[in-house]
Amino acid sequence: MRKARVACFGAIHEAVEKDGQLQLLDGRIVSQNEVVWLPPVEPRTVFALGLNYSDHANELDFKAPEEPLVFLKGPNTFVGHNAQTRRPKDVTYMHYECELAVIIDKKARNVKSEDAYEYVKGYTIANDYALRDYLENYYRPNLRVKNRDACTPIGPWFVDAAAIQDPMNLALRTYVNGELKQEGSTKDMVFDIPFLIEYLSSFMTLDENDIILTGTPKGTVDVVPGDEVVAEIEGLGRLVNTIVGDEAFGS
Amino acid sequence: MNIVKAILPGKGVLLDIKADVREGTVELDGNIQPVSDIAWNPPVCGTVYGAALNFQGRWKEMEDAFHQAPYKQPPKAPVLYIKPLNTLTGANSGIPLPTGEEKLEMGASLAVVIGKTATRVKAEDAFDYIEGYTIANDVSIPHASVYRPAIKQKARDGFCPIGPWIVSKDDVANPDQLDIRVYVNGELKQENNTRNFIRSVSKLMEDVTDFMTLRPGDVLLAGVPEGAPLAGKGDRVRIEISGIGALENTIVPEERGEAE
Repeated sequence: MRKARVACFGAIHEAVEKDGQLQLLDGRIVSQNEVVWLPPVEPRTVFALGLNYSDHANELDFKAPEEPLVFLKGPNTFVGHNAQTRRPKDVTYMHYECELAVIIDKKARNVKSEDAYEYVKGYTIANDYALRDYLENYYRPNLRVKNRDACTPIGPWFVDAAAIQDPMNLALRTYVNGELKQEGSTKDMVFDIPFLIEYLSSFMTLDENDIILTGTPKGTVDVVPGDEVVAEIEGLGRLVNTIVGDEAFGS
Repeated sequence: MNIVKAILPGKGVLLDIKADVREGTVELDGNIQPVSDIAWNPPVCGTVYGAALNFQGRWKEMEDAFHQAPYKQPPKAPVLYIKPLNTLTGANSGIPLPTGEEKLEMGASLAVVIGKTATRVKAEDAFDYIEGYTIANDVSIPHASVYRPAIKQKARDGFCPIGPWIVSKDDVANPDQLDIRVYVNGELKQENNTRNFIRSVSKLMEDVTDFMTLRPGDVLLAGVPEGAPLAGKGDRVRIEISGIGALENTIVPEERGEAE
């Protein structure tokens, strides 16, 4: 079952997909384009992986790391499906990153990789934008590149873990204005989901609604105001986002 | 006596309580009690962001390295990191010493607690968005490099003691003029003053909220001074910040938790 968190009729609702529409918990049916889509879960601690596909690492002139390159994200950066993401005027290179997002189900500490999927509640899509002009070599990738307001669209759906037979074999595609720009498969991750859960839980406690953004494959290109960016993962849906310029913010 | 805000054991909400910040006592049900008798909860529940390299002395230590690989040039924007929820713990709790580690770094920091949603705030308005101040210990496994996010060194369970309480901004004349002292087992190990910040509290608020919205209950750790002392198993660590109070914790062996 695919679930969503949406705003409509003056309130925030949980909804499930029904015949191409949304059914709220109170029974009302509403069309998908009549709601404001929110992140499908309220994220707790969010981990993101850098350089977790070797083809993307090569594209950026990096070797794939020997240990996961993990960074954290704050709640300010998440927006739902159909939202806007800002590209400031001074930026010369801003790219999307289509990523499989793994949602943790329960407290996890010292989990072995063979048990890791017991701790996964479900999946969604994240688009982990990077504004590369702001890269600095301190705690890189630094928060100014990766943790800006509304720079990490996530959704549209929460998809139950049981609905995804093999999360390590899903096609990822990103389209800019309808044109296919990025294509890969989760099977090419350097560190796979079970490894990442074992790794993170070996030194800290994970908990429900923690999310792991598992990295992006090759094919990241510059996007500019007006572009519609669609991140798609097999079985999870299509996450739409529009790039907007400073004008939208009155500056 | 000041009125401070804190979360008492068994309570999930901030309450106003009477405290003598200098003496380290609180008045509860009419009784005066020492701060050390209470298992405080962290007085915050938002996202904790820290600013690294924000003390002049720390900057000077790094200055040569800034121009070499992998850094290549000195930082321009604030160097920020996140202390996730699993790291938060209250005053008088134990700090788990990970198996295989001998010593941990005690990162004393003034913790600025946000009171109002802050987006693109100007330095001159910054105090309108601040609720007050508390004390944090940004615990780390010692590490030299600041090139990659130090999740493994900084994000472990219990690695961010914070509290015991929030002192209202109205009771702190100038957050950029506070003494910080760190004691390990009663011995003074580190002394500095927040006048040595590179970015003052208000400037930091401006530069951070330029790209990240801070929400009520979020926290900005304004900087750890150079020479963070080390502490090991059984050590009692006390961080004092003038006008805010003292945060005490003891280093305890990590329990080897099993998967649940």
